[in-house]
This record gives sequence, structure tokens and C-alpha cells, in this order.
Amino acid sequence: MNYLVGAFKLPCNIFISFADGRIRKQVPLKKENGKTVMVALFQSQESIVGEVVIEPVHRKKVEHNGVKIVLLGQIELYFDRGNFYDFTSLVRELDIPGELYERKTYPFEFSTVEMLYESYNGVNVRLRYILKVTISRDYVSNIVEYQEFVVHNYTPPPSINNSIKMEVGIEDCLHIEFEYSKSKYHLKDVIIGKIYFLLVRIKLKNMELEIRRRESTGSGPNTHVETETFAKFELMDGASVRGESIPIRLFLSPYELTPTYQNINNKFSVKYYLNLVLVDEEDRRYFKQQEITMYRLLETS
Amino acid sequence: MLNGTEDEEKWLAEGIAGIQHNAFYMHRALDSNNLREALKYSAQMLSELRTSKLSPHKYYELYMRAFDELKRLELFFKDDSKHGVSVVDLYELVQHAGNILPRLYLLCTVGSIYIKSKEAPAKEVLKDLVEMCRGVQHPIRGLFLRSYLAQISRDKLPDIGSEYEGDADTVMDAVDFVLQNFTEMNKLWVRMQHQGPGGVREKREKERSELQDLVGKNLHVLSQIEGVDLEMYKETVLPRVLEQVVNCKDDLAQYYLMDCIIQVFPDEYHLQTLETLLGACPQLQPTVDVKTVLSRLMDRLSNYAASSTDVLPEFLQVEAFSKLSNAIGKVIEAQLDMPAVGAITLYVSLLTFTLRVHPDRLDHVDQVLGACVKKLSNIPKLEDSRAMKQVVALLSAPLEKYNDIVTALTLSNYPRVMDHLDIGTNKLMAMVIIQSIMKNNSCISTADKVEVLFELIKGLIKDIDGADVDELDEEDFKEEQNSVARLIHMLYNDEPEEMLKIICIVRKHTMVGGPKRLPFTVSSLVFSALRLLRQLQGQEGDIVGEEASMTPNKIFQLLTQIIESLSAVPSPELALRLYLQCAEAANGCDIEHVAYEFFTQAFLLYEEEIADSKAQVTAIHLIIGTLQRMNVFGVENRDTLTHKATGYSARLLKKADQCRAVYACSHLFWVDDQDGIKDGERVLLCLKRALRIANAAQQMANVARGSGGPVSLFVEILNKYIYFFEKGNKQITSSAIQGLIELINTEMQSDSTNPDSVADAFLASTLRYIQFQKQKGGVMGEKFESIKL
Repeated sequence: MNYLVGAFKLPCNIFISFADGRIRKQVPLKKENGKTVMVALFQSQESIVGEVVIEPVHRKKVEHNGVKIVLLGQIELYFDRGNFYDFTSLVRELDIPGELYERKTYPFEFSTVEMLYESYNGVNVRLRYILKVTISRDYVSNIVEYQEFVVHNYTPPPSINNSIKMEVGIEDCLHIEFEYSKSKYHLKDVIIGKIYFLLVRIKLKNMELEIRRRESTGSGPNTHVETETFAKFELMDGASVRGESIPIRLFLSPYELTPTYQNINNKFSVKYYLNLVLVDEEDRRYFKQQEITMYRLLETS
Repeated sequence: MLNGTEDEEKWLAEGIAGIQHNAFYMHRALDSNNLREALKYSAQMLSELRTSKLSPHKYYELYMRAFDELKRLELFFKDDSKHGVSVVDLYELVQHAGNILPRLYLLCTVGSIYIKSKEAPAKEVLKDLVEMCRGVQHPIRGLFLRSYLAQISRDKLPDIGSEYEGDADTVMDAVDFVLQNFTEMNKLWVRMQHQGPGGVREKREKERSELQDLVGKNLHVLSQIEGVDLEMYKETVLPRVLEQVVNCKDDLAQYYLMDCIIQVFPDEYHLQTLETLLGACPQLQPTVDVKTVLSRLMDRLSNYAASSTDVLPEFLQVEAFSKLSNAIGKVIEAQLDMPAVGAITLYVSLLTFTLRVHPDRLDHVDQVLGACVKKLSNIPKLEDSRAMKQVVALLSAPLEKYNDIVTALTLSNYPRVMDHLDIGTNKLMAMVIIQSIMKNNSCISTADKVEVLFELIKGLIKDIDGADVDELDEEDFKEEQNSVARLIHMLYNDEPEEMLKIICIVRKHTMVGGPKRLPFTVSSLVFSALRLLRQLQGQEGDIVGEEASMTPNKIFQLLTQIIESLSAVPSPELALRLYLQCAEAANGCDIEHVAYEFFTQAFLLYEEEIADSKAQVTAIHLIIGTLQRMNVFGVENRDTLTHKATGYSARLLKKADQCRAVYACSHLFWVDDQDGIKDGERVLLCLKRALRIANAAQQMANVARGSGGPVSLFVEILNKYIYFFEKGNKQITSSAIQGLIELINTEMQSDSTNPDSVADAFLASTLRYIQFQKQKGGVMGEKFESIKL
């Protein structure tokens, strides 16, 4: 759609900036080309205030049918590339049709914007927020500029946070009891727990705890499920015996986790699981998977 | 796995190379203060320790390499100006490592700095570390990891007086930490036994013993914690350590750890916790060498007791002996198949212990011996030479301690133990006893003790059934019997009554000794009795009258019986000498008929038993010598005896012997004291007879060999003449001497006489003597004046 870009230089430059851009927190965002850029971070119910500067190149006059800025919340499913589902679209008219001769600054404000969904960059799906400035023109293509930003929504610590405790085993072979202190973790949390061996008749080699992310996209027969393993954390080296208990302490901060997303706009879900894996000397794997809920806690620092 | 060691070398080399490689990059990161890289490469380096292919010995090499590198890393971590991360964050950061072994090594390393920084109480950090280390359940890797933990935490325990001391009960935290680490290490160590492929038990045990010091080191650390006082040791440390020891049910670990406990903790602690410590012993596995453990404990306590007398009351207070004794009893009871040597070793240790601690409690010694007897009585025959040695040690210990056999004799069980020795050892032990008596010059002074003593040494006194007589070494036998003879002289009591009893007892025992022993023992016994006789005489007057049983007569009867026993041997020469000794003693007691009786016995022996001519010569001279000294006889008896003696003298085989015996008989008629018999006529008769015999000898020699006999006989007779002449025998005149000198001169000048330098010299000196007497003048000079040379 930008096929003219190569042939003609754009007649004007557009800069989008936030009013509190200097002090606002920036977070890294991975672009499509693999580069990481720092972008501003917002949360729901925040007002997005800033200004758009349009600067005609070489003081050339730019005729337009109006300037507008749109705040877009989109979900992009990769198997349905090119189709964006906008779940949010807020428009502010910046200028009535006319001509631009010189640099002109348009302040804009979207006050207390509802942004229920967090930005997300998954395997098969992407959810992003964009400010899109459009200079509409007749006959020639519109001049468009984008500014992405990231939305994180914070959840207060859950009032009920039960531990996960379970006894599992293979009859006459292996019986263990494991306990994770919580079922809901914030992103910088630590998983504390222990594994208690009730019966060990197989020769174990080691034991690991995996954090797995299960991303399901689409619905019905078109559901795609993608599972990623984030952490492979060795809990035990060697073979334990009956009566031993092995401590678990896994810091979540090194891993780039997101909160658990439940049925985002009927398009996708992201779930997290703890997978306890015991490996015996013949490399057979015995595992037990438990869902945990991830949430984003407002960082006080 | 044909060349397992070669492979192992290869793996080790690979491991070392891996460590070096990563250490190189780690150093670079450290130099450029790059924490992230430092963590990455240190974790990779530590990953080399994840190998399962190395034996403990080789693994240790690898571990030491990593250990050295970790020291450098620790220095880097310590300096937060270099990496800019607080120690708390660092403590979290290292836990991000995915592999557990590198993670925990790093955690321990940072933990040590964490404690040093004092940003958290030492106990919290230590507790966390020791808990997290549970994640490594592989025995070798776990042991080394925990050993690393022990190593880095050693100087950071919240001990009393340590800079890491916390608020309250802080020592307890230190102790808890070490105990927990110890417990976990021991579990891993024990588990080694049960893991891995079967059938290589021996190899695994060897590997395990290579690792034992890693486990034991914890106990050492515990013993060095200042805050572990007796109270805490008693209440916490020991019970928990023992609980672990007992529960692990592993013989290797139990033996090593028990020994470890005994060696690392102070003696006074052991003393105060004896019950607990001993209580654990019967709970150990049956295959554990408890006896060595107990022996070492007792040795330590013995040494402790010996170190200072101040500590002895402590021993009494805790009743150490009875506790030990009970424990030993239980252990022996519990371990039925313990070899005899084991049980006896235990008793030896206990005995040593009690001798050092309670030297005054003989009942303890006896009790130990009694227990030993009980044990031995269950064993049909003690054949184990090691066990035998231990029994000897058991029996020697009291002797050495008390330096006095008298004490040992009061131990009723002592002889019972000896009964269980084999014959050779029994003798050996008897010798030890005798030597002890000799060395200490102890005097056994009561009949009861003598009885016991002889019961003890009966191996020497008589043949024991089943002994192989042929095997006896003649020299040993003599030595033994001489010792017994010497022993008899050591038995003495001032009280004649008691002394007599002693003699009777000795007699009772020695009489059964058989012909080989009697010659050795009888003479000792006889002289012992004779000493009693003299003793009696010394007290004469006040005692003899009262106690009718104790008359010299009675002793003489006894002596007769004793000497008569020699007839069985037979040893007539010895018997004869003893009779003569007795006769002389009887003479001293002024009992004529007894003296006569002894002489009669002596003569009878001479007549009937002594056939050898040489022996006869010796015997007759002995008889003459003794008879000469007798003054108890009346004329009649004396005549009879002297007559007999001269008669025997004249009937000796060789003429020269005859001659000498006859001139010796001359003394029988001339006793040179105040009221001695002085029968000059019969003296002369004897001398003349001697001369005749000498002449006859001379002639016989001429006839038989064509040469003269010994002139020396004449010279000897001349000397007798001169003796009696000097003594004033009127029958011996100067002319007789003169004649005899001439006779000798003639004989010497005769052709047939062989020159005899000895006889010449003898004559010359005799003549010189006469010359000397002449020149001396005075009465003697006048007397000799008439002799012309």
C-alpha cells in the first residue's frame, strides 16, 4: 500500500509523541523484523495524551481532506494474515480539510481509554495497540504514520490463592506428593514448593520443573494450540529414595512470561502450566502437569 | 569396560579440560567485571562436576580443580564495586541457573559472602543452603557438594564468640546446621552402598571408605564449635548423631561414625554420656565390629583417667565401670557369633580401664575375670592363638598394675581363667606370674595365698593330662623348674605355724610333680623347711613349749618324707646331700637320734643306690665332711658312724680315691675345737693306712705300667701329718714327718717315677712351709726345729 514511497518522497513528516513521553515507562517491544524497540507503556483507563507534529517537506504545500488520529486495538492471527480484528477503534479529528504550508502541531487526547486486553506477542497471535495518524488526500494515497505502544494491566494480588498439592504415582513404582505454595503467581514471583517421595522403585536420574505456555487461537474446529516450554529447571540430581523431600525454588523473573489470558475477544487464550518431569535411567519421562494462573502485579519500584 | 581405569583417566582429563576451558572465559569475564558472563561460564565450568563416570577418587581431583576456581569467583562476588549487584540480588541471580549442581555450588559460594556481609542472619542463610542442597541426591555429587558447603561455612557458624553470633540460641542454629548437613551426607554415603550395579560390593566399599572422611568431618566441626558444652552435647548433639548412626543401618557407616564420635569429642563428654553412647552399641548392625569401638572408647577413657588423678572422682560419680561392664555384656550377648578373641579383647580393655580408674577395686577386676570365665566356658576349647594372647594379656594386666601377685591371688576368678588356657600358654602365664614375684620381690606369706598361687601355676608343677611330653624343650623345662624352685624360696612367714602350713601346701603340690620335677623342687622345699627349723630355734623357749604340734621333730619327719620322695626319681646323690643337710640341722637342734637316723639314711643310700665310683667318691667326702662337724652324737653312735665311713673309704675302687678318703677320715677323730674329740692314735692309724694304700698304689702302678704312680698322694699325706703335728697330736712326731719327707724324696728320685711338675711344686711349697715355720720361731718354730730338710 506504500508503493509510492519508493518513487516519491513523502510530502511531509509526521511525529507522534506522548505528553509524558519523557517520564513514562518504556518497555521493549519486538518488531516484526526482529528488532526490539522501546515503546511507551500504558494501562487501561489511562488517558493517552500527546501531540502530532506534521512537517511538510521543503515547505511544500500539502493538500488534504482532513487529518485524524485513531487509537487501534487489534488482534492479528498469523494463519489469517492481513486480517486485523480491531476490538478498539477511537478516532479524533485533528484538522478539517485544507492545506498545510508549514509545521503544524495537533494536540490529541483519548481520555480514560478502556484497554482491557494486554499487548501480546505470541506464536500464532499478536495483540497490539497503535496510534494511527492519517492525512487523507484525494487521488493520491493517504499519508499514514503509526506509533505503537504497549498496554499492561495490573491485577491486585488474588484474595484466594490456594496451594497446589497432589499425590500422584504409578502403582508399585513411584509415588510422590508435590506441593506448590500457590496456584497464582505474579510475573516476578518465586515458585516455592517441595516434592515428597513416598515410594521409589525406579531408578531415577533427575527431576525437572518446566514452565509451559499453551496458546490456543481460533475457535471450534479451527483451534490452533501451540505449546512452548519456557523453563527447564532441574530440581533434583540423582535418585531420591523414600522419605526424601526435595525443595523447589524457581524464580520466574528470568523468563518472559505474560499473565494468563482467558478467551481474549473470542480469539485466543494463553495458559500456563507447571510440568513436573521425572526422568529415569532409561530416559523414560514421568510427568504431571498443573495449570497455574499468571497475573501482573503492579511493580512498586 | 575392559580397561576401566584407562577410560576413567580419559574422562577425568576431559573433565579437567572442560573446567580449564570455561575457567579461562570466566577469568576473562571477571577481569572485565562482566557478571553475566562470569555467571554463565562458572555455571558451565561447574557442569563438569555433573559427571557420573568417575570414581570418588578421581572425582575428588576434578572437584578440587573446580574448588580452586570457585575461590576466585568468590573474591569477585565479594567485591560489589566490580559487578554492582547487591549480595541479596546476587543470591537470587545465581539461582536462575537451570542445572541444579552448578546452581547449588554458586549458591553456596554466594551464601558464604551473604553471611559475611551480615545482611541476613547467618542462621537463615545456612538453613537455606543446607535445605536447598537436598536437590542433589546423587551420592558422590551430593557428598562433594555438601562437603563444599561444610567447607565454606566452617568459619561462619553462629558460634559463641563468633562474629556471626546472633541473638538467642544461636549456637543451637550452628549445631542444627552441622547436624543436618551431617545427617544428609551420611544418608547419601549409606545410599551409595545400595545404588549402582550389584556384584561389585567390594569395590563400592572401597570407594565408600575413600569418602568416609567427608562425612566424619562434620563431626569434627561439631566438636570444634565453642558453644557445644557438655549440656548441649548431652541433650542434643550426641542423641541426634547416634540416632542417625543407628538408623542408617549400615555397618561401614556405623563402625566409622562410632569411632569418629569417640575420637573427636573430649573424654569428659564421653564419661558423662557413657550411658547414651553405650546404649547405642547393642543397636548397631550385627556385623559391626563393636568390640573395636568399645575397646577404643575404653582405651581413651583409660588414658584420660591416667592423665590426671583429678578426673577420677568423675568416673566414680558416673559409675563408668558398671556401665561399661553392662554394655560389654550386652554386646557379647547380642553378637553370638563374635569370635572368642573379640570378646576377650573387650574384657582386656575393660580390665585395663578398671585398673587405671579404680585400682583399689579388686572386685571389679574379679568381676571382669568372672565374666570372661563365663564366656570362655561356653567355648569348648580355646584354639585361636590370638584369643590365647588376649587371655594372657588379660591375666598379665593385674600383675603389671599391682606389681604384686598377692593382690592377684585374692581374685577368685583368676585361676578359673587360667584353666581355659592351653597347656603351653598356661605355662607361659605361670612363668609370667613367677617372674612378677621375682621382679617385685614379693613375699607370699599366708598358706591360703600359697595354695592359690600353686593352683595357678600348676601347669609348671605337674604334668597336665594330654600334654605331649616329648615336645618339651629340655632347656625350657629346666628354666621353668628353676623358677618354681626360686619361687619356693619366696614363700615366707615369720610365724612358724603358718610357715609350716605353707611348706605342707607346697609339698602337697610339688609331690605330684613326677620324677622330672622333683629334683628341682625338693631341694628348695628342704631348705625352706630347714630355714623354718632355724627360725624355730631362734624363738626357742617361748613358743616351742606351748605348741606341741610345732616341734623340730615333726619338721624332721616331714623332711624325711620329702626326701624319701626322691627315691622315686631316683636321685640318690641329691637325696644323700639333703639327708646330710638335715643331719646337720638335727645336730644344730641337738637331737641325736634324728641326726643318726639321717646319717643312717645317707649311708643306706650310699650302699644301695650310689653305684658309680665317682659319685661314691663325692658322696663319701660329703659324708666325712658332715660327720666331722657333728657334735651331737654320743661315743657309741659316733663310733658306729665313723667306723662305717672309714670302712666305705677303704673300699673305694681306685687306690688313689681310697687313699684320699682314708686320710680324710683322719679328721673324724680330731675335731679341732674345744670339746671336740681328739683321738690322736686313731688319726695316726688312718694316716698310716693311707700311706699303705699310697704305697700299694705306687706298686700297682709300677707293675701295671712300668712307671711310678703319683707321688702327689704322699705329699698330700705329708700335709695331713703336718696339720695334725701343728694341732698338737702327740702321736704325730717330727721323726715321722722326717721319715715321710725322705720317703718322698726317694720316690721322686727313683728311675721309674715320671717327673711330675705338679707334685714337684706341691712338695716344694710344702717344704717351704716347713722352712717358714722353722724360721718363725716361737712354739711352732721349736716344734718344727727337729725336722731336717
